[in-house]
Amino acid sequence: MALAEKVTSPRLFLQAQTRWRPAEIVFWLATLSPYVLFPNYLSLASQIAIAGLFALSLDLILGYAGIVSLGHAAFFGVGAYTAGLLSKYGWGEPLTGLAAAAFAAGIVGYATSFVICRFRHLALIMLTLGFGLLLAELANTLGWLTGGMDGLQGIHTWKLLGIFRFDLYGRTAYAYALAVLFVLFLFARRLIHSPFGLSLRGIRENFVRMPAIGAPSRAHIRTIYTIAAALAGVAGALLAQTTETVSLDSLGFERSAEVVVMVVLGGTGRLYGGLVGAAIYMIARDQFSGIVPQYWYFWIGILLVAVVMFLPNGILGGLAKLSRWSRS
Amino acid sequence: MSGPALATRGLTKSFGSLAVARDIEIELPKGVRYALIGPNGAGKTTLINLITGMLQPGSGRIFLDGVDITALPPEQRVQRGLVRTYQINSLFPHLTALESVTLAVCERTRAARIWWRQLNAYPREIDQAYDILAALKLDAVCHRPTRELAYGQQRLLEIALALATRPKVLLLDEPAAGVPREESNELFAAIAGLSSEITVLFIEHDMELVFRFATQVIVMVGGRVLVQGAPHEIATDPQVRAVYLGKAPAPVKGKQTVSGVGS
Repeated sequence: MALAEKVTSPRLFLQAQTRWRPAEIVFWLATLSPYVLFPNYLSLASQIAIAGLFALSLDLILGYAGIVSLGHAAFFGVGAYTAGLLSKYGWGEPLTGLAAAAFAAGIVGYATSFVICRFRHLALIMLTLGFGLLLAELANTLGWLTGGMDGLQGIHTWKLLGIFRFDLYGRTAYAYALAVLFVLFLFARRLIHSPFGLSLRGIRENFVRMPAIGAPSRAHIRTIYTIAAALAGVAGALLAQTTETVSLDSLGFERSAEVVVMVVLGGTGRLYGGLVGAAIYMIARDQFSGIVPQYWYFWIGILLVAVVMFLPNGILGGLAKLSRWSRS
Repeated sequence: MSGPALATRGLTKSFGSLAVARDIEIELPKGVRYALIGPNGAGKTTLINLITGMLQPGSGRIFLDGVDITALPPEQRVQRGLVRTYQINSLFPHLTALESVTLAVCERTRAARIWWRQLNAYPREIDQAYDILAALKLDAVCHRPTRELAYGQQRLLEIALALATRPKVLLLDEPAAGVPREESNELFAAIAGLSSEITVLFIEHDMELVFRFATQVIVMVGGRVLVQGAPHEIATDPQVRAVYLGKAPAPVKGKQTVSGVGS
């Protein structure tokens, strides 16, 4: 790294890592472009922002702490149903709905984290998968509450801040989803640059070594799992509020698998990986399903295989390599 | 006068019918440099694993500063000052040397629980980490990812990580394993230069290093402590000679390197 050679002071070096890079500023400016360039795709754009937040929450545990989860949709679903039910039974205020969803999903995350933190690798994949399936079946069984297969109907989201109505074109929805994504991204960015974030990377890099430096890895894992669950819950709530419906697939296996694909596509452990992966995945799905509705998974499959084979660190990992290579 | 920094009472461990630790009783007074030697399979690393809690003993107790720590999980033993390094580098490949040591310092100061404040709010931790690296002459490479460091530097980083936890008792499992002779002298000089507050136990096969740097030597064979004493006593002990050199009586010089016991 050129930076390492130039900066000698250890403090300055760590400060330099938290500085905003030009590419980041460009990225966030680009997120505003749909308003100008693709005004007909604003609802897709808000779906991308929501999927991006969901992927970001998974990246915190998958990319940073090395916890592979195949049941992350459980928290997305809990958040969606919490916000949806609140609204259905009379409280459609969006921001408090998000807070309630974060709280509910965080509680579920915290409760399961006590089991999660004891396992690694394959056992962990099976456990998260199991929790996800359990919750999906629970939602299905409680049809009187969740609407079961028909989905949760009768959601009405109030005006945002009492001013902005959620319009048909998704103008408010996208601004809302994007603003929430940005704020929570700032939160996540701060977190990964915290001492705790460094410990998470330690857990990912060498789980066995952590106790030997006095690190309570399990407590760390419980903390990040709870935080990731709460963020996933917010993503679910955003979907419920902006689409005014919640279906069972919001906590289904497919959504759990999808979000893993997004993070892997974009690149794990780099914050923006989930966002980029979500955008590519959602746009590819939109485009391919327009061309060949039956076969669109085929193209996603090809994309995934190609990325994993040729860009093992995801699309962003490939880009980072390219920029290093072009500079040298 | 206070008691030993570290003591074990009747420490025993078996894997199935194989006894890897039998009734081990050791006492390490404060500040002493102990060498733990013995042929391969003698149970040296097992003993370190038992003391640090990486393995649970079948029976027996472990005392740190007179406090029974037998039931504590490994990380809590580290928090109380009982720290080890590994024979095979066990580091954080993609973290820089400075990040790795900062991580260990933050775990000690409990800053590692803080997720709502960025690292640059903790200059004290970062400076401490840097000072440890500088003391081990790793400051020049402190911004390099660990996996890019030379092997000898990685061995030093192992020790830096341990020092970051502020050990009272430091257990070094073959700190110079795989390091060329000239460098291993430097590495042991760094160990010898540690604060005299720290009690050190190191496993080492190179007898020259053992006799140069240890004030006491423990010899293990077959999961048992065979003898314990000052280096010159060990060098002339007939039992030790029998173990290392077979039954035939051979002249042992103090500085001789015992061959055939490398890792």
